[in-house]
Amino acid sequence: MPRPGFVLEVDRSTPPILFWRGEGFSLEKLPADRSRVIYPAEPLAGLDDVDGHIRNALLNPVDMEPLPALLKPDMKLTICFDDASLSLPKMRRPDTRQRIIEAVLDLAAAAGVDDIHLIAALGLHRRMHEYELRHVLGDRIFDAFHPRGMLYQHDAEDPDNLTVIGETDHGEVLEINKRVAESDLVVYANINQVAMDGGWKSITTGVASYRCLSFHHNPVTLQNTRSLMDRHKSDLHKSVWRLGKVLQDHGPKIFTVETTINTDAFPSPFDFLSKREWEWSAKDRALYLGTQKSLNRTPNRLARKIFHSIESPYATTSVQAGFTPSVHELTLEHVYAQHLVPVEGQTDILTMGIPFISPYNPEGIMNPILVMCMGLGYLFNMYRNKPLVREGGVVIMTHPTYREFNPVHHPSYIDFFDEVLADTTDPVVMSEKWEKKYAEDEWYRHLYRTGNAYHGVHPFYAWYWGAHGQQWAGKVIIVGGDPSTVRRLGFTPASTMDDALEIASDVVGRSPTISHLHVPGVLVADVT
Amino acid sequence: MRALQIRRNAGKFGMARIASAVAPATAARIGPLELRSIDDPDRPGEGWHRVHTRLAGICGSDLSLVEGHASTYFDDYVSFPFVPGHEVVGELDDGTRVVLEPVLGHEARGFAAPFPGAAPGDGDDYAHLAMASTNGKVEPGIQTGFCCSTGGGWAPWFWAHESQLHRIADDMPDERAVLVEPLAGGIHAALLAAPTVSGVTDPIVAVLGAGTMGLAAVAGLKRYVPAARVIVGARYPHQIALATAIGADLVVPASKLDRAVRREAGCHLVGDILSSGAHATIDAVGTSASITDSLRITRPRGRVVLMGMPAEVKLDLTGLWHRETELKGAYTYGTESMPDGSTARTFDLAVDTANHFEAERLLSATYRLEEHVEAIAHAAAAGRRGAVKIAFDLRGHR
Repeated sequence: MPRPGFVLEVDRSTPPILFWRGEGFSLEKLPADRSRVIYPAEPLAGLDDVDGHIRNALLNPVDMEPLPALLKPDMKLTICFDDASLSLPKMRRPDTRQRIIEAVLDLAAAAGVDDIHLIAALGLHRRMHEYELRHVLGDRIFDAFHPRGMLYQHDAEDPDNLTVIGETDHGEVLEINKRVAESDLVVYANINQVAMDGGWKSITTGVASYRCLSFHHNPVTLQNTRSLMDRHKSDLHKSVWRLGKVLQDHGPKIFTVETTINTDAFPSPFDFLSKREWEWSAKDRALYLGTQKSLNRTPNRLARKIFHSIESPYATTSVQAGFTPSVHELTLEHVYAQHLVPVEGQTDILTMGIPFISPYNPEGIMNPILVMCMGLGYLFNMYRNKPLVREGGVVIMTHPTYREFNPVHHPSYIDFFDEVLADTTDPVVMSEKWEKKYAEDEWYRHLYRTGNAYHGVHPFYAWYWGAHGQQWAGKVIIVGGDPSTVRRLGFTPASTMDDALEIASDVVGRSPTISHLHVPGVLVADVT
Repeated sequence: MRALQIRRNAGKFGMARIASAVAPATAARIGPLELRSIDDPDRPGEGWHRVHTRLAGICGSDLSLVEGHASTYFDDYVSFPFVPGHEVVGELDDGTRVVLEPVLGHEARGFAAPFPGAAPGDGDDYAHLAMASTNGKVEPGIQTGFCCSTGGGWAPWFWAHESQLHRIADDMPDERAVLVEPLAGGIHAALLAAPTVSGVTDPIVAVLGAGTMGLAAVAGLKRYVPAARVIVGARYPHQIALATAIGADLVVPASKLDRAVRREAGCHLVGDILSSGAHATIDAVGTSASITDSLRITRPRGRVVLMGMPAEVKLDLTGLWHRETELKGAYTYGTESMPDGSTARTFDLAVDTANHFEAERLLSATYRLEEHVEAIAHAAAAGRRGAVKIAFDLRGHR
């Protein structure tokens, strides 16, 4: 029976706590008697027969007819699937999406459906490389569909292949991929790693246009999204659900397949990352020391390659299919069962280690904007009810925050850092002053459509993702980051955790209370 | 008199060239530049005035000679031994303060001017520069500071022809006036860029380099080509601050100039070459790398104005051929064709510009002639040491 997550009150006997620092780690001694560490639950047990559960979900869906009943020989069937931003790190083969899609294709073949398109629902993310598509879908699907042009990636900038479905009562226009819109049935194959994902968000963002996304991917909406992991208190999700209603009423029939995975992210020799520090064995300590020393001597590029080559031994914990909102409610139950940790009250300081990866740099560099996005966007938002840190408190992250960018994946991020952040770090100001220029830049558009670049506007979205945390925190400190780069982000650099706590004392006094969000794995603090 | 002088000495030029790669001060110490007692130069004839140096700047072309990098192109356009120094504010025997327009033009050499009212730098035949004057008293030399007959600014006094002198107002400080000559060079480059942006909507001019000449070009652009959006690639923080203060629309680290121009032009970056780019680029550096960069950030059929003196460079000109880029040299000054169709003397514009921008802000340090090793070292490392213009101060020698 896996142990649930819990809150450890730090005392003098508590060993140093593990912090991610990009492609490395550190052990930090937190002040006794006023610090606490929020530990995630141990990975839940996975399903024994994932393929069997998938088949069962397709045949016994929630609030919909079984999939075979929806399949007709002369129909247009489109299968959309989550892109490379899920899972993180990538899961071992076979990927759950491959399992789902193979099962759907078997049923479609049995029903005589031959007009089938597979679309990577990447929204404004970068196009996946062929090897990533093969990893997600398997060679059999890739080789059967890709050469015939029936496996491709959504293009949010292709005016000829976008269609307006309708408009919400808030004036939000649902504009999505034309093939999806014109299909008789759309099956969505999802991996739900965190509560933010899934539901109507899968299609209304994954195959939407920039115009459609801009209704909720904006600073005001994100500042009122409290949090990303609690859709009922998220303006972003409320907007998405309104768009989902338009899709439900005026769009194609959607058959959603959602799956959840546990938090078993790191195989040996990195499995010590998921253990609680006081339970480290002599072997774990030796592995930590050896790994850390090796990484310290390893060039960034090589260290990055090592980490991005990790294939996680995740186990699938649930599969549900059918009517999107009904399916998603079940999914959230499973996600929360893995992630929720009850926590009492807020503290003055929230500390977090920023890892080497975020949803926007699979196979790439965790550039400074993504550090902000990961810290203030994702990790800060790992709460329900209220943030772990009080309003006006201090957020301390650990990350090298090097001024490095992947020019293939993140061309507009480079300019965003040089031009936009040199002008302002205020998401509202930048959205008004700069966003349009980046969104409509022909070069970025070209690289997004034909290369492997994120859309020109994407660094803005990454920045907006942290807008709530940025607004909430009185100060943000990055330990171990390149000082000038950290300052460009509008944050304060510190060399050590002790320095950071000293710097924080200007805001929160000499004896602040501290919460540390233990990463890995993944948790959502249910703060009362 | 005691003056700094350069003699033709292949060994010293060679040693300076080697030493400059390691330490500019060593190049100044062992190179061809020496402080020595020299004979007073004879007056070259009627119309020549004795100019007592007050301040004399150290220019990039001076440094290239001192460091042994100058091109052999100039072999027939200079006469050894000569006293360098062509960025000069001085005073005549009667105390009138003047700035020097250093080109030893037709009038100074006794030849017919190419057209009435021509400035010393005008004309399309440079024969007069490579031969002695009609009276035989002025040896070859493109400018004061490269001619053995006239002397130069790195001495207590030298001879200058009436055609080279611009009298300045009493309220113009020496520290400002010594920048007039480099400003004239920058303005000339700016005006050479002007035809390319004339009539263009949202014209972009990039300036690569923000030392004295790059900043002078920015000043020229802002003053006389005001419609242009000026984007500057600067290497050092103080250069970024100065370019911004002078009015550049955007100043970025030089290594990021390509992306900045791309953003302004809204074009693509194909490999490391912009698909379009700046309408004109002023290269104020003059190296293989800077010319290559200038060519790749300038749009097809645009113009690269080469203001920095390049000497020998290695370039792949395929892009220039393919993009039909115009590579335009910008040596000096004379009579300018203004964007509105009128003409003006560059030096008049430069005096105006120096006053407008209070050009003394570009003068970072002055040295006595006796401190020439330190002065040269400082000038050679000006950017790195947070400086812009270094000059000799000879006030008090008279």
